[in-house]
Amino acid sequence: MRSLHRGEARAGWLLAAPALLVIAAFFLLPVAAGFALSVTDFDIYSIGDPDLVRIVGAANYRTLFSEPLFWKALKNTLYFVLLGVPATMGVALAAALGVTSGVTRLKPVFRTVYFAPVVTTLVAVAVVWRYLYHPRFGLINGFLGFLGVDPIAWLADPRWAMPAIVLLAVWKNFGYTMIIFVAGLQAIPEQLYEAARLDGASAWQRFRHITLPGLAPTTTFVAVITVIGYFQLFAEPYVMTSGGGPVNATLSVVLYMFKEGFRWWNIGYAAAVAFVLFWIVLAVTLLQTAARRRAER
Amino acid sequence: MRRRLSTLLLHLVLIAGAVAAIAPIAWMFAASLMPDGQANAEPPPLLPHPATLNQYRALFARLDIGRPLLNSTILASAVTAISLLLNSMAGYAFARLRFRGRDRVFSLLLAALVIPAQVAMLPLFLMLKSMGLVNTYLGVIVPGMASIFGIFLVRQFALSIPQELLDAARVDGASEWRIYRSVVLPLLRPILVTLGVFVFMGTWNDFMWPLIVLTDDSMYTLPVALANLMGEHFQDTELMMAGAVVTVLPVLILFLAMQRSYIEGIMMGSLKE
Repeated sequence: MRSLHRGEARAGWLLAAPALLVIAAFFLLPVAAGFALSVTDFDIYSIGDPDLVRIVGAANYRTLFSEPLFWKALKNTLYFVLLGVPATMGVALAAALGVTSGVTRLKPVFRTVYFAPVVTTLVAVAVVWRYLYHPRFGLINGFLGFLGVDPIAWLADPRWAMPAIVLLAVWKNFGYTMIIFVAGLQAIPEQLYEAARLDGASAWQRFRHITLPGLAPTTTFVAVITVIGYFQLFAEPYVMTSGGGPVNATLSVVLYMFKEGFRWWNIGYAAAVAFVLFWIVLAVTLLQTAARRRAER
Repeated sequence: MRRRLSTLLLHLVLIAGAVAAIAPIAWMFAASLMPDGQANAEPPPLLPHPATLNQYRALFARLDIGRPLLNSTILASAVTAISLLLNSMAGYAFARLRFRGRDRVFSLLLAALVIPAQVAMLPLFLMLKSMGLVNTYLGVIVPGMASIFGIFLVRQFALSIPQELLDAARVDGASEWRIYRSVVLPLLRPILVTLGVFVFMGTWNDFMWPLIVLTDDSMYTLPVALANLMGEHFQDTELMMAGAVVTVLPVLILFLAMQRSYIEGIMMGSLKE
């Protein structure tokens, strides 16, 4: 039996090794190297001659924190997250409650239709929405005009550009979140609802005291993955507002990193931007999970 | 009476939601069939009149969108095939093979899930550049060959493989590789279908990394080519919509064909976190 186990342990490592090596070499190692890069002045000249690289300590971070454009990008990204995450989760929860309500026999149809935007290619639908938002010929102003609302300049208006991107993100992503909520709803025992009904609880009371607490773990999970995803905002402004316009109203942190790193080849500086993003995402994730643990106690 | 009213109301809301979810996709199809300039009118027309395939002809004949279509197909297929092999091996090992350090390595992997992929991109680019892989298929394939999420998904599923089955195969003298090949892989089939759909769509739809690592027009994937096309042809709404259709349609069809296993996969990935 013993030799049997030894064979098993060896096989375990051997089978796991290829995937682990790929992840280590092409993800974890670059992450560590990214941190090292962020304390150097690696730039376009260093690509040709690595000997030119100097260690500059926290200089990139100091530049970063005194750079108004970085703060602008950070503020825009937070705005996108703060507006987009609750909106996506709210629409998703409503949709999940709707399709599982038991009233409709068309549940599979609605589920498929609501999910369809999720599988579409982000760049392609960002292109489509750019035309939907056209001030004169766009379907959205056309619809609003039908309701008597004056045309909005959407992507050309610094006040409306980010909400317009949020709307696209909600449309694109709520179906995914909805499916996770549906899974969470199905895990709540039916007997709880029956008992509450016998006690004369109203629909709102059942929602408030059974559905919402029952969904708490799901809600935390969804909030964490949506926040992580939304902090990585990139393709929408790249495609829809020609890279962060108007007047940088939709410039996101990742887009700023991309421009600094891959347009101007300020690689050390861009690596510092990436790391600030990493620390923010990590802090927010830890806060969310800690909040949930406290709520459970 | 009240019950029927609320049923009706719920259906109205659900239908309104469905219209909102479908409208952008439907308009994309409609506008792609319009003749030049028809979409730019007030109020915006909803249906092509007359419907024409001219935009698609222009895309394939003049703008050679067949090339990015081919690139996307090759890349998504290659990443899917390789990552299914690697992730299934690792997922099974983490679920069912007892080796020292297994659980510690696995929880480290899970912790790494919070790292945004962009953090790795600058060094990864420099690394692949020094390996001569920038602007090659391999530059796109290599980082996608295995994923933490894929290992996690396979592991969750592989936990349900009965230990007795594996032990019985061992007593019969089957080698560990043979057990993986002939016992485990067939049992993992459902989750591999799900993961395959996931990875294919993920690679097909990916934008930022191909944008960084592919520098030549002839290497572009569809999303990169489409974003690039917009620079020159922004005014040609109908043409751009046809380009969007060519990009979206393959994954949309794949989803409609595989939606059950795809949606079940999301539910699995979200439960038992």
